[in-house]
Amino acid sequence: MSGRALAAAVRSGDRSARSVVDEHLAAIRSGEPEIHAFNLVLADEARAAADEVDRRVAAGEDPGVLTGVPVAIKDNMCTRGVPTTCSSRILEGWRPPYDATVVERLAAAGAVLVGKTNLDEFAMGSSTENSAFGATRNPLDTTKVPGGSSGGSAAAVAAGFVPLSLGSDTGGSIRQPAALCGVVGVKPTYGAVSRYGLVAFASSLDQIGPFARTVSDAALFLEVIGGHDPLDSTSIPGAAADLTSVLDRGVEGMRIGIIEELSGDGLEGIAGDVRARLGEAAAALEAAGATVETTSVPSTVYGLSAYYVIAPAEASSNLARYDGVRFGLRVDAPNSGDMHTATRTAGFGDEVKRRIMLGTYALSAGYYDAYYGKSQKVRTLIVNDFAMAYGTYDLLLSPTAPTTAFPIGEKTADPMTMYLNDVCTIPSNLAGHPSMSVPFGVGDDGMPVGVQVLAPAMGEPVMFRAAAVLEAAAPPGASS
Amino acid sequence: MTERITRDDVAHVADLARLSLTADELDAFTLQLADVLDHAADLDALDLSDLEPTAHPLPLVNVFRADVEGPTSDRDEVLAAAPSVEEAQFRVPPVLGEVS
Repeated sequence: MSGRALAAAVRSGDRSARSVVDEHLAAIRSGEPEIHAFNLVLADEARAAADEVDRRVAAGEDPGVLTGVPVAIKDNMCTRGVPTTCSSRILEGWRPPYDATVVERLAAAGAVLVGKTNLDEFAMGSSTENSAFGATRNPLDTTKVPGGSSGGSAAAVAAGFVPLSLGSDTGGSIRQPAALCGVVGVKPTYGAVSRYGLVAFASSLDQIGPFARTVSDAALFLEVIGGHDPLDSTSIPGAAADLTSVLDRGVEGMRIGIIEELSGDGLEGIAGDVRARLGEAAAALEAAGATVETTSVPSTVYGLSAYYVIAPAEASSNLARYDGVRFGLRVDAPNSGDMHTATRTAGFGDEVKRRIMLGTYALSAGYYDAYYGKSQKVRTLIVNDFAMAYGTYDLLLSPTAPTTAFPIGEKTADPMTMYLNDVCTIPSNLAGHPSMSVPFGVGDDGMPVGVQVLAPAMGEPVMFRAAAVLEAAAPPGASS
Repeated sequence: MTERITRDDVAHVADLARLSLTADELDAFTLQLADVLDHAADLDALDLSDLEPTAHPLPLVNVFRADVEGPTSDRDEVLAAAPSVEEAQFRVPPVLGEVS
């Protein structure tokens, strides 16, 4: 059942929030041991919150558009008094002294938080295998990864544990796991959703967004969490865009460009079955009245290189705060310098160490211009190329990920191979633009394929219209 | 493989980042970081001389809040998260010298 339908049932009194929450907690209890989507399930807290929602409904109040809807959030969003780990030993047991803005907004809409989901440590990864607390498995085939870094949030929605969840996306960490798990995943325009209380990875790229099983549910959830927040200095002024009321307006007359460089011909590694689904998606948009043609956005091919300099550089600065002084792990040593080193060495996993060192190197004297300075200029190149493309097209299209879900363990030995998963998703983060993954059939292995819809900044309403058309036209999805 | 980054470079960077690496880790990380930097070499061919760097996707202006009192984090709640506290302050080992 969709989040929208559940909220309607609870608001009208047809169902109690408690029965909805109990039903989802039962699904978690039976499926979670195999999937490991969660770092923490808040069963007692969720039941108490559901009872409070029921009390309010009985008293004639309207708790909001997500009344009684169970939601899960990625465990890199702060919850007051509730452990927030980022799937890292260095934060194990930490209880934040405040709630993230998104946590306050989902509670204010009547939603019930049922748990904190697993991720690649500090959101660094594309498979959720980098978690200090063990990998999450793809609910559609538990020998495969769910994608990452928001793999727990994607798996929780795909497994039916919750209808809605939140992830964060720095280079594809919502869209890629959405594609691999066969659900909808949205990275909003940078600044459209408050980052207050999101543990920082790469601050100029990070953005919170929703996972859902339907485009309509994703739109509803984004309306709830979006809009200006004075606590985030990069928050866009104004209210969240109205998405649900424009969903059914179709794509008649729209011009849509398939990004040539990210769709196979210019790029190795996009699998044939993924390219085939993309072609069928394009045909579906044409059948709905859009003009679709292949177009070139040349600099997108440089996105991966620029990203893997810029994101580690920002991470190396952001993660300097984990020093054993104010929160989290401390490994004792006779002096402060050694304490910092012992704490960080014990607390961070290999991928986090790799990126901290890469970023420190890229920012160090003698290499700054060659790597960081150059990557910042490539970012300008990508912004300019997108601006050119959006002079002609309303939307752009590409695969979300180069392949369907890959086997657990297949890419962990070679970081560069893992990084290539993000090749199609990174350009939107570098430009600050919105994009989303919509499930569109399955690959040769029967696993889901995602199509990525890209839009210019603040283009969410048009993006969601195309997503709704794709959803309606999509071939059958994967079944577990 | 080009000498994009040496073992000594990685050891130096690890020291700057307050990370301690074993000899085996140093070998592995040197190869892996070189891989990423080799991939980034595709940027070498670009002529970027006319471009300004983009540090941020939004045209940012400084944000000031009104100078009025509001709620702040609770001191005891913040200190409760610290590994070691003394008299409402974060307690750390000696910065100069060592514990005797």
